[in-house]
Amino acid sequence: MEFFAELVISVLIVIGGLFTLIGSFGLVKLPHLLMRLHAPTKATTVGVGSILIASMLFFWIEQGTFTIHELLITIFLFLTAPITANLIGKAYLLRHVDPHEELPHTGEKEGWATFDPRHPEEYPKDPGKLPQEEARKTD
Amino acid sequence: MMLKRYLPHPLLSVALIVIWVMLANEISVGTVVFAVILAVIIPLISQSFWPGRPKVGNIWAICEYGLIVLWDILVANVVVAGLVLFRKADSLEPASVTVPLDLTSPEAITALAGTITMTPGTVTVDLSRDARSLLVHCLHAPDPQGVIDDIKSRYERRLKEIFE
Repeated sequence: MEFFAELVISVLIVIGGLFTLIGSFGLVKLPHLLMRLHAPTKATTVGVGSILIASMLFFWIEQGTFTIHELLITIFLFLTAPITANLIGKAYLLRHVDPHEELPHTGEKEGWATFDPRHPEEYPKDPGKLPQEEARKTD
Repeated sequence: MMLKRYLPHPLLSVALIVIWVMLANEISVGTVVFAVILAVIIPLISQSFWPGRPKVGNIWAICEYGLIVLWDILVANVVVAGLVLFRKADSLEPASVTVPLDLTSPEAITALAGTITMTPGTVTVDLSRDARSLLVHCLHAPDPQGVIDDIKSRYERRLKEIFE
């Protein structure tokens, strides 16, 4: 049993390390910023995830103390990582991409928010509602 | 109503209590009392930034969504790892696609955008000005329409059930 637990923990750590390594390798290998953005999402999901599960199992089985901090780390990562990626992507679009040549059309009358920001006076009166909801009301 | 005035986001308050107790890593009177104090104060000072009160659907739909996303993350991780390791960089076909949205609530769109980013292979880059479509960048998408259909049928349909 002891051996089996150690085996599972080691396998999880190796998988975590492997995916983090592949994520970093992707950063070096992929040619464009938007493509490189895909690599860290791998490192923060399966990479960090399996290392955290291994840490939980280790403290639970080997040391007899149950810690829940690893779950919290996962939650915080899942909340913050997409926002970082989104902001890096938006900054790249704004500085290096021509919206008319290189981006697909929104399919609506209005453009992408990064290039076509709303004038402060155009914001909906009730900030809890998106402009489309207000528009639908007036339709 | 009194309750609405002093507890503007009941779910946020519950989440804050749970997270605080988890951070303290023990359940004692002291931590719970402090957690309750935080759960009252934080929603009160932050409510002007979040005036809406999203309805959240049943807990089973949320669990189902979480499990599906976790499974997709696992599968997509292996697929993208394969792409990174075994494909030449210039043989990949990156594509920017427009995903039209049926969702209307800001919370639901945020959840969808976050899900798309966390599943490897796709990153949400931008939102259209009128919030009716998302700009998604794919690492390798020979069939962009398939990616759009996947996102709409797997994630958006379920989020619509949860939030609307």
